[in-house]
Amino acid sequence: MRPMSSLSRDEVAHVAGLARIHLSDEELDTFAGQLDSIVGFVASVNEAAADDIPPMSHPLPLTNVTRPDEVRPSLTADEALSGAPASEQQRFLVPRILSED
Amino acid sequence: MDAVVDYDEAIATYDPVMGLEVHVELNTETKMFCGCATEFGAEPNTQTCPVCLGLPGALPVVNAKGVESAIRIGLALNCEIAEWCRFARKNYFYPDMPKNFQTSQYDEPIAFEGYLDVELEDGTPWRVEIERAHMEEDTGKSLHVGGATGRIHGADHSLLDYNRAGIPLIEIVTKPLVGAGERAPEIAKAYVGALRELMRALDVSDARMEQGSMRCDANVSLMPKGAEKFGTRTETKNVNSLRSVERAVRYEITRHAAVLNEGGSILQETRHWHEDTGVTTSGRPKSDADDYRYFPEPDLVPVAPSRELVEQLRATLPEPPAERRKRLQGEWGFSDLEMRDVYNAGAVETIEETIAAGASAAGARKWWTGEIARLANKAGEPFVEFAAQRHVTPKTIAELDGLVTSGRLNDSMARQTLEGVLAGEGTPTEVADARGLELVQDDGALEAAVTKVIEANPDVAQKVRDGKVQAAGALIGQVMKEMKGQADAAKARSIILEQLGQA
Ligand SMILES: [Zn+2]
Repeated sequence: MRPMSSLSRDEVAHVAGLARIHLSDEELDTFAGQLDSIVGFVASVNEAAADDIPPMSHPLPLTNVTRPDEVRPSLTADEALSGAPASEQQRFLVPRILSED
Repeated sequence: MDAVVDYDEAIATYDPVMGLEVHVELNTETKMFCGCATEFGAEPNTQTCPVCLGLPGALPVVNAKGVESAIRIGLALNCEIAEWCRFARKNYFYPDMPKNFQTSQYDEPIAFEGYLDVELEDGTPWRVEIERAHMEEDTGKSLHVGGATGRIHGADHSLLDYNRAGIPLIEIVTKPLVGAGERAPEIAKAYVGALRELMRALDVSDARMEQGSMRCDANVSLMPKGAEKFGTRTETKNVNSLRSVERAVRYEITRHAAVLNEGGSILQETRHWHEDTGVTTSGRPKSDADDYRYFPEPDLVPVAPSRELVEQLRATLPEPPAERRKRLQGEWGFSDLEMRDVYNAGAVETIEETIAAGASAAGARKWWTGEIARLANKAGEPFVEFAAQRHVTPKTIAELDGLVTSGRLNDSMARQTLEGVLAGEGTPTEVADARGLELVQDDGALEAAVTKVIEANPDVAQKVRDGKVQAAGALIGQVMKEMKGQADAAKARSIILEQLGQA
């Protein structure tokens, strides 16, 4: 069971960094508090869940939803690129990538 | 340029530990989570849809064939197949995945705990333990523009083609390979080669390293000889040929040893292999960006293959390549050494097809692994490509072999014929016709030539008469010269022995 007040300010800053979201010191204070409350609310589910109830990642008790390996029409290149801010040589143009892989 | 030490010296001081991650692109008609086609080499961005472009609201659906192929691969690698497993999101920011995550599997791979037995070049067996094989999707292809062509450094911007994004991939991960010692690079190569052979036998992938449908990342670390705690590893990415796998592992061993000998420590990082210079260069250090915040994919339901399905799929497994080779070796009557040469040259299928096209087993082997492999080696090209580029097919070699076994050509004429075929002069029969290559079938001419040579070489002839049969070799050479090479040497020999009373 996850105790209350488990999410530190540093953790929030770390996750924000991974998500490429810049937060000011004040925002960090605000969000750390709010997120900690949310984690606390969600943790209360643990109180209801007995050991014999497996955790679910999906609300429906379904498995093996598949489709046959049959080709469906794709978008045209023009359609695919229509939402791109910029394109070149029928490809999506993105700013310079700083490091490989 | 990084310092390296001599390989033997490195191995005398350190024990290498390897971990190999191989990505295999499946040959399904459609992508893993959408119905887009997967054709190689299509015009950019013509095989995409809202799902594989990560557009809002698009929902993925799993390709049934992708799951079946994953299970068949798992079974062929002697793995357990999960009774229940999920996909997971691997979150990262890089434009090769428009969704900002890759759908993969995390702690619930579809296949785990297996092994693959491989054979080293000298025939030594080696078991490689498999940790897991999981399902995921391929990324798009980037083109870096500006600066040095194709290189990321100095590029102004990058261009993305998402045709490949979403193509099913199976990632096969070994357990740490320990105890390989000096044979580590060779084992890496043999393992990747055996995997490639297995994928083709299963018909789940064309496994073409040069086209990227099979890619290998090689983790290497060194620890002092006899130690048990692994050293820091580096991961050399996307090594795209069997030979490069061997060279890259070998290079990293010599580089690590140089750093460690100086009392330095290895930086945990990715490395890039450079085929042309045969070295790796520093890629990206292990960092915060490696925190992928995996979580179960909410848009896909779990995969729970029934045991019936698993057994059905097990029944579709092909004969394991190693057993198949044993069987073929028996059928073809090759020695262990001959079969190993054939295997190491990558010529098993080619020879099988050549025999199916009507060639003798001995002839097929001789022409492919003797003559053509030799010429390809001289040209510095892989032999299958060397032959294909020159329109030499199994059928061509079967025809050439037929000209020899039917008695029209002798060995040296057949060699000349092959030369002509490789030079693009036509089929073996056409070349032999055009070059006037044909054994003289007239025994009278041959008899006359033998008589003439015996008269001109009384000393040698006397030796043969006295029972020194091997001396006849010198006479055969003279006779062949007399016949301008257009005679059957075996026949010439028997006539010589006959005339000298040794038949
Ligand atoms: Zn698609």
